[in-house]
Amino acid sequence: MVRPEMPGRLPGEPDPHLYLSGVTVSFDGFRALNSLSLIIEKGELRTIIGPNGAGKTTMMDVITGKTRPDQGEVFYDGDHDLSKLDEATIANLGIGRKFQRPTVFENLTVYENLELAVKADRSTFATLRGLVTGEMRDTIDRLFETIGLSDRRHELAGALSHGQKQWLEIGMLLGQDAQLLLLDEPVAGMTDHETAATAELILRLAQERTLVVVEHDMEFVRNLGAKVTVLHEGSVLAEGSIDQVQANQRVIEVYLGR
Amino acid sequence: MRERYPTYPLLSAVGWLGFAGVGVLLLLVPIANLFVPPGSALHMPDYLVPLIGKYCTYAMLALALDLIWGYAGILSLGHGAFFALGGYCMGMYLMRQIGARGVYGNAELPDFMVFLNWKELPWYWQGFDMFWFAAIMVVLVPGILAFVLGWLTFRSRVTGVYLSIITQAMTFALLLAFFRNDMGFGGNNGLTDFKEILGFNVQAPETRIGLYLASVIGLAATFLLCRWIVTSKLGRVCLAIRDAESRVRFLGYSATGAKLFVFTLSAVLAGIAGALYVPQVGIINPSEFSPANSIEVAIWVAVGGRGTLVGAVLGAFVVNWGKTWLTGAAPDAWLFVLGGLFVAVTLIFPKGIVGLAQQIRLRREAPRAVAKPAEGD
Repeated sequence: MVRPEMPGRLPGEPDPHLYLSGVTVSFDGFRALNSLSLIIEKGELRTIIGPNGAGKTTMMDVITGKTRPDQGEVFYDGDHDLSKLDEATIANLGIGRKFQRPTVFENLTVYENLELAVKADRSTFATLRGLVTGEMRDTIDRLFETIGLSDRRHELAGALSHGQKQWLEIGMLLGQDAQLLLLDEPVAGMTDHETAATAELILRLAQERTLVVVEHDMEFVRNLGAKVTVLHEGSVLAEGSIDQVQANQRVIEVYLGR
Repeated sequence: MRERYPTYPLLSAVGWLGFAGVGVLLLLVPIANLFVPPGSALHMPDYLVPLIGKYCTYAMLALALDLIWGYAGILSLGHGAFFALGGYCMGMYLMRQIGARGVYGNAELPDFMVFLNWKELPWYWQGFDMFWFAAIMVVLVPGILAFVLGWLTFRSRVTGVYLSIITQAMTFALLLAFFRNDMGFGGNNGLTDFKEILGFNVQAPETRIGLYLASVIGLAATFLLCRWIVTSKLGRVCLAIRDAESRVRFLGYSATGAKLFVFTLSAVLAGIAGALYVPQVGIINPSEFSPANSIEVAIWVAVGGRGTLVGAVLGAFVVNWGKTWLTGAAPDAWLFVLGGLFVAVTLIFPKGIVGLAQQIRLRREAPRAVAKPAEGD
């Protein structure tokens, strides 16, 4: 698989972590993504905003293999074409996704949720034997240090609060050792205190991983202080710092109506 | 402080005790019967041995369904088909054992083939005169059917009620097919008039006790195998699939692979149960494929409490004992009772008998729990 030439890329420059090129997805004639192109560099923290229906979740579906694009390509880490792979393969390449609605295994304990997430042979027969090694336990302990919840480890995940479930889900992505984390509205439904704690957690994670955060909460986006991409009707409307974006005339029109 | 990590024993100490207790009871009572003279108060009525043996095979079928429904969320409404296929494989072996003792005295062909004027044995009846071959088929036929069906449906992400309907259609299609005389499985009448199994007269009390013991051991082995799977990491993956399948995929597991594995294994267990069932009841006919049979299995599991394994066994015994008793006492009432049970289990005790028992225990322990400090968030 040969990656097409990327516009504006200097020779010898390292590959971007994620590269979407002209991705189009239509549902019954409605273009959820309209020739969307996007470059995320390795180690970057990127926030993506946009009004409802702008294509944010569809974009995540395409990256994680849930939706196949009608046109365009999605390259990960050089030359993995994600548009040809299924969800499990993509996850094992190192892409982790947090859903908009926190999705954890409610009838398993918090510990068991992390145990399933921690990197190990995922094949069915390996899972049947599935021993938990000391190394995996150390990883799980470190995850508890990162996300808190240590005192709830043997409770059912269904008993956690909304915000705690969001953290557990982020912990699961870290457990699978995802290098590219896609977080869909990580602070939705969180209290101010929880939101601040999550911002702190994201900034800490951004030091060693690539993060793409989709969020509506402008205050939160400002606190992250990262490059912002504005999506509108399935393609990129504007890109830049939060101040640049908020001053952009077209962005104002889209958000306030014309 | 060192953290305690959860361990997943096959059974708890209490569980092993209960398992051994029930096992000893089921194994020893009929054996003791051989030595206790009829007429003594301790002597079990003769009809009870095959009856309980039959219930054991039903309980195996219920365990097979609970494994996929209770743990992986796959509600098969066609599990009776796998049971019946296993039964037919055993029935074909038993037919071949009749030999020249049939009504028409044909050493090669079963009676119904002679009656249909067939001149030679169809290719798919070859080999069934050997027990080992039939035993392999008991495993392979339901297993391969389940694997193919599962591969086609799970891969296309067919879940929930759609999958239930497909399995129901499968058993109905098999019902119609097996009714046909030219299929070569005895049509409407099925396979019956068995004489011998492994050289033993199937009617002899000793053989009946042997079959009974095989069923009890089969049930115990099925239970332990299912326990082993649900306490493994794969068991937790199955629970995860039941609750949030897409999350499992995005974690990098092949949900399709895990479902295919448990579904196929479950069908094999159902087939073995069917093979143990047929020599004890002495007949297998197409009615075993009827959709209503498969739905009844789901009711056993629901009544006992799904996702508990113990509940499946309990449900199979309780509902079938009720059916045996009621079809004798008030034959017309059974279907109403079955329907009523279904409604009750949905509305009043959704977690079945096991769930009720847990609730009662929790309520008894509740006054003590109040003393514990309230939990902070």
